[in-house]
Amino acid sequence: MGDNNFLLRAAKVSVRRNGRTLLNAVSLSLYAGKIVTLVGPNGAGKTTLVQVLLGLIAADEGQVKRREGLVIGYVPQRFAVPPSLPMDVDGFLRLAGKSSLAERRAVLQRLDVPDLQGAALHTLSGGELQRVLLARALLRIPQLLVLDEPAQGLDVHGQQELYRLIAELRDESGCGVLMVSHDLHLVMAATDQVVCLEQHVCCVGTPEAISQHPEYLRLFGTDLRGFALYQHHHDHVHDLHGNVVSTSSSCASTGGCNHA
Amino acid sequence: MLESLAQVLGMPDFLLRAVLGGMGIALLAGPLGCFVVWRRMAYFGETLTHSAFLGVGLGLLLHVEPMIGVAAMGAVIAVILARRHPAEGLAEDTLLGLLAHSSLALGLVLLAFMEDVRVDLFAYLFGDILALSASELLWIGLADVLGLLLLASMWQGLLAMTVHESLAAVEGRRVMALRLGFMLVLAVFVALAMKLVGILLTVSMLIIPAAAARRLARTPSQMAVGAVLAGMLATGLGLAASMQWDTPAGPSMVVAAAALFVVMMIFPRRG
Repeated sequence: MGDNNFLLRAAKVSVRRNGRTLLNAVSLSLYAGKIVTLVGPNGAGKTTLVQVLLGLIAADEGQVKRREGLVIGYVPQRFAVPPSLPMDVDGFLRLAGKSSLAERRAVLQRLDVPDLQGAALHTLSGGELQRVLLARALLRIPQLLVLDEPAQGLDVHGQQELYRLIAELRDESGCGVLMVSHDLHLVMAATDQVVCLEQHVCCVGTPEAISQHPEYLRLFGTDLRGFALYQHHHDHVHDLHGNVVSTSSSCASTGGCNHA
Repeated sequence: MLESLAQVLGMPDFLLRAVLGGMGIALLAGPLGCFVVWRRMAYFGETLTHSAFLGVGLGLLLHVEPMIGVAAMGAVIAVILARRHPAEGLAEDTLLGLLAHSSLALGLVLLAFMEDVRVDLFAYLFGDILALSASELLWIGLADVLGLLLLASMWQGLLAMTVHESLAAVEGRRVMALRLGFMLVLAVFVALAMKLVGILLTVSMLIIPAAAARRLARTPSQMAVGAVLAGMLATGLGLAASMQWDTPAGPSMVVAAAALFVVMMIFPRRG
């Protein structure tokens, strides 16, 4: 990969807290235009690694090198607005930095949630909130998009929709993407490289290769490979919010819905 | 100047000073109190007020104005808490309680040792807004100007970190500096408000007007403006009640603020 595309590199990063090793000599490189997905069981250090890459916590060993002036858009994992804080979506987007009303409107339009601009933050559904968070990240025109469990709290269809959207955004802007996910199969279509983490990097490769990798199977077991979860018959189509938009018969011909 | 204004208004000049002081405190308490409510820092405010006795004691010991001692003590506590590493193994409220009560006890012990000075504990506990001096009024005005300027410059950053601290940090906000700056403004506020409503009731002037303003606010700035208005209204009503029925002034203001909050409950929440 050429130097022009280089965004960020972690070299042998280790983090220890209270005598416990959270990350052990983790190396990872991110490039423009590429989507890297971080998978691993609970407690594998995924969020810790993201925090190190974002510069939120310092590594005890190893180093993180960033491209000069790298602009990062971040979609955090846990997010709760205090109910005592009255704020609408537009006010929330303004916190990202300087932006015009037209820019904020355009980004919400791009994410298919144009009506949300005046909505109060704590009235949003999980899927809507994810999109609003993504909008705030995009407003910064990031060279690197970092998403920590972006699909949390979404149903299977909503997750696929979101991953497809992220892949589209990558195609449009050419930014690099780092995602954290606990379910490889749902991200498969939208990712170029998978890094499997369990304190150390277990295996790295294309999603197809990783899903057959003995280390991956050891961590996740074989049962997760079953596609039964979303190869069921579907007689309707959802929009981004999970609402039924039509009772199209397009699924019937294949006997199963591709949810696209 | 104040005397002639008082004559024009037909009120005693101590009352005019009290009204102006109360309004000045409400002006800073509005936006400050909103952040205390949003960031759940009421107990931090209590810790600052509890440490005031130690500040008064140290001020007397070092022969500086007790109010400066209180503000300095608050600044020390702010720095201790802002620099604290979250992984120390103690919950936030435990640490705050430890600081609040040990500094209160230490302050009382220190004051007892100083035999040559007699400190009116009651005045510190409940304040005396009707005894506000012209120079204290000047201090309040100065703190208003500086405090509001500082808050205005930190406004977006503070909001961003209130909503999500890591996200704000990734977006380039200087989270540590913001947190420290906010705590310092709060420390100065406590030192001034203590004169008016006393150590026990200072935090109420922060949180009750802000809580009352929550109902009608759709945006953070609306809530801050609403809190200022609620605080000023409570000051006016409290002082009027105090004049009318000879009730203690500071507590009357707090009662008026609480009554305002109850009245606001009839409105549906707007945003």
